[in-house]
Amino acid sequence: MNSAQIWISFKTIVRREIRRFMRIWPQTLLPPAITMSLYFVIFGTLIGSRIGQMGGFDYMQFVVPGLIMMAVITNSYSNVVSSFYSAKFQRSVEELLVSPTPNWVILSGYVFGGVCRGLAVGLIVTILSLFFSKLQVSHLGLTIAIVLMTSIFFSLAGFINAVFANSFDDISIIPTFVLTPLTYLGGVFYSIDLLSPFWQAVSKLNPVLYMVNAFRYGILGVSDINIAWAFAGMLVFIIVLVAVCLHLMEHGKRLRH
Amino acid sequence: MVSALSIENLEKTYDNGFQALKGIDLKVEPGDFFALLGPNGAGKSTTIGVISSLVRKSGGKVRIFGVDTDQDFPGAKQLLGVVPQEFNFGQFEKIYDIIVTQAGFYGLPRKLAEERTEKYLRQLGLWEKRNDVARTLSGGMKRRLMIARALVHEPRLLILDEPTAGVDIELRRSMWEFLQEINAQGTTIILTTHYLEEAESLCRNIAIIDKGEIVENTSIKSLLKTLSREVFILDSRDALPASPDFAGYEGRVLDDHSLEVVVEKGQSLNRFFSSLAEQEIEIVSMRNKANRLEELFVALVKSGQEES
Repeated sequence: MNSAQIWISFKTIVRREIRRFMRIWPQTLLPPAITMSLYFVIFGTLIGSRIGQMGGFDYMQFVVPGLIMMAVITNSYSNVVSSFYSAKFQRSVEELLVSPTPNWVILSGYVFGGVCRGLAVGLIVTILSLFFSKLQVSHLGLTIAIVLMTSIFFSLAGFINAVFANSFDDISIIPTFVLTPLTYLGGVFYSIDLLSPFWQAVSKLNPVLYMVNAFRYGILGVSDINIAWAFAGMLVFIIVLVAVCLHLMEHGKRLRH
Repeated sequence: MVSALSIENLEKTYDNGFQALKGIDLKVEPGDFFALLGPNGAGKSTTIGVISSLVRKSGGKVRIFGVDTDQDFPGAKQLLGVVPQEFNFGQFEKIYDIIVTQAGFYGLPRKLAEERTEKYLRQLGLWEKRNDVARTLSGGMKRRLMIARALVHEPRLLILDEPTAGVDIELRRSMWEFLQEINAQGTTIILTTHYLEEAESLCRNIAIIDKGEIVENTSIKSLLKTLSREVFILDSRDALPASPDFAGYEGRVLDDHSLEVVVEKGQSLNRFFSSLAEQEIEIVSMRNKANRLEELFVALVKSGQEES
């Protein structure tokens, strides 16, 4: 395929992904809007007013970046894992596999689809947060970069989960038992300064902590961790995940016998 | 002239040690309508899987119009359209979207993709259903949808794996006509089927695969010539006598109005009909007892089993 054909193929995959999550918007876009609104009301307004300040900000201001990031993480991941596994389950993935579309384009298309949903939900949650709190972005470029990288990272992770999944149960195990605990313990609701040194050290092994704090730094200008390390770490993880995904597509036995 | 499909010493051994293909060789010429027959588990679908990249081969060479799949699989795939045995499209997608999307995977610009989608959906009688969700279609419509999808990038080689399985007779006939039409326009077609009548009436050349090996590869005509005997069933206007004279032919009475006769290769039926006329038995219709190709197919596969 020449570059124009590759571009058409990429656009086709992305268009199909967007069409899919827009078609089922009551399952994809509405639930996070409702869930996050409840978080804003309960943690931000009701409980937050009693907590006082966190990291030098009102609790509501502190928690908003974390909740936006949580929405981006879960939706990027679940878009790719559910879409690619459904394609595997219905065997419609064969439409792509028998076509001349290169593997890296297939991967890019699905990941970009995940990023689109992650960002769409992130935007919805951000707009909703404006009803509860003021939002001033300290470092716009950094904020966009970190949200993009996070979305790419979790879209790639969702792709790997989908490749290995053998049933619909398998695509909910990782989000339930890995993703949710990592996100809740990743500094969304609290600053790790509140923890003892031991638990602070343990928390620093959680990659979500770096993403949430880097995003919070982009918005509020404060962070529990070194931002440069967060960027470098995410970049390395993304490269590793891309390599794993391409290896699975090229040599794995889950897609081609 | 370069072959539409050239397979050399193709081998496939699965992880569990099962050897699905034992070094098969196959050539299909451009413009051919080719039948690939074999019992279940013979290796037909594995062969198609290797050609279309869904199955990784263990050894051998595959070339599509001279393009080596080891060197340029994307280039080879551009020339190939595959209609699989099982439905493999998004059940919740609209028919129109499925075809346009497939065209996009082959790099066709949107406008051209939409033109081709309309063309093939109309030709296959699905245009009125274009906004329907795929899962709501009947089995026959789903088969036609997969044919339209395989044709949207206008491949030079079309492989159909059991395209008429579960399709009613009328629809099957119309699909045959459609396939003959696109074959006449230059598309090389390879067909696997369980309906041997289908292979006999559509295809010019044939390969029979059994236990991962090609046991026969010739023209349908040549293959049918190897038949040593044929069995005919004849229907009489009036009730037959209890023991009619078969004039030396091997035969038997089936019921009051029909009888069966075995004719050796090259043997004339005139004497038999003369004998029936002398007995005042009037024959009103006559047909082959079994599909002729079916007899050969069974014989070839059976001989393979006996050898092993």
